[in-house]
Amino acid sequence: MPTIVVDVMPKSELLDPQGKAVSGAFSRIGVSSFSDVRIGKRFELTVDGEVTDEILAEAKKIAEDVLSNSVIEDVVGIEVVQ
Amino acid sequence: MTVRIGVITWPGSLDDRDAQRAVRLAGAEPVALWHGSHDLGGVDALVLPGGFSYGDYLRSGAIAALSPIMTEVKDAAAKGMPILGICNGFQMLVEAHLLPGGLLRNDHQHFVRRDQRLTVENTSSAWTSEFTKGQEIVIPLKNAEGGYVASEETLDRIEGEGLVAFRYAGVNPNGSLRDIAGLTNTAGNVVGLMPHPEHATEAGFGPDTAAAMRSGVDGLAFFTSAIARVAA
Repeated sequence: MPTIVVDVMPKSELLDPQGKAVSGAFSRIGVSSFSDVRIGKRFELTVDGEVTDEILAEAKKIAEDVLSNSVIEDVVGIEVVQ
Repeated sequence: MTVRIGVITWPGSLDDRDAQRAVRLAGAEPVALWHGSHDLGGVDALVLPGGFSYGDYLRSGAIAALSPIMTEVKDAAAKGMPILGICNGFQMLVEAHLLPGGLLRNDHQHFVRRDQRLTVENTSSAWTSEFTKGQEIVIPLKNAEGGYVASEETLDRIEGEGLVAFRYAGVNPNGSLRDIAGLTNTAGNVVGLMPHPEHATEAGFGPDTAAAMRSGVDGLAFFTSAIARVAA
């Protein structure tokens, strides 16, 4: 069954408190290779049948209108996975 | 005529009954409304109460903002009905684009519960007319996702148009940009804020004041303002 994967990330200029908390844990366990952590969301939209241009367009619209809030987040990827 | 103020309940609403009680204490008749309905019951004003609708899944208030009754809420907002969003209700109003900006996880990452000092900035809205400009009030605050954000351009616009209704005083409890605690829309009928005025409406159950413990009733003026607006 094809799946449309939508990735959403907090806007780069905004503080990501979740990522900051994980980054803090890294330093406590001695991991120092990563200077920053940001946490986003991955949505998997299952399609019964073929992913037509129309369905992909609908996924893009729902990604912008519902899955993300453009004030605080960016849609950074929409990909069809078979 | 008794003013009727609707309070909408969603799955996960917590403070709907507190809001109904505040409406009653302010002298209006509370009307319980349901998120899944398309019926506002002929009310004169609306409260979107606090809580954790849909478990804050997706984003706080985001799924509630898509619920059936929001069609009617948006229509009512466009027609000038006084609408107050408290905490999760404020999050719903920004997700429904009835107010600008968005709300993020508190910058210190913790849930916060405190009796919060606020400065009243806008006294022309439907929910703030009984305050005086610059008045300092104390309203309980309790949230994890109360950090107000908007683009610099939007912030400059809302400041310029006088749409900041309340600012945090003393302490900024959540990293909100420009200390913004609450907003009104341009028409002045829609107001949203993170603190909970419904928890400061009856002596004995409100925040502490210099006069006595739990005696704070600064939240009453929100509701009496709306009642006066409807009755006018």
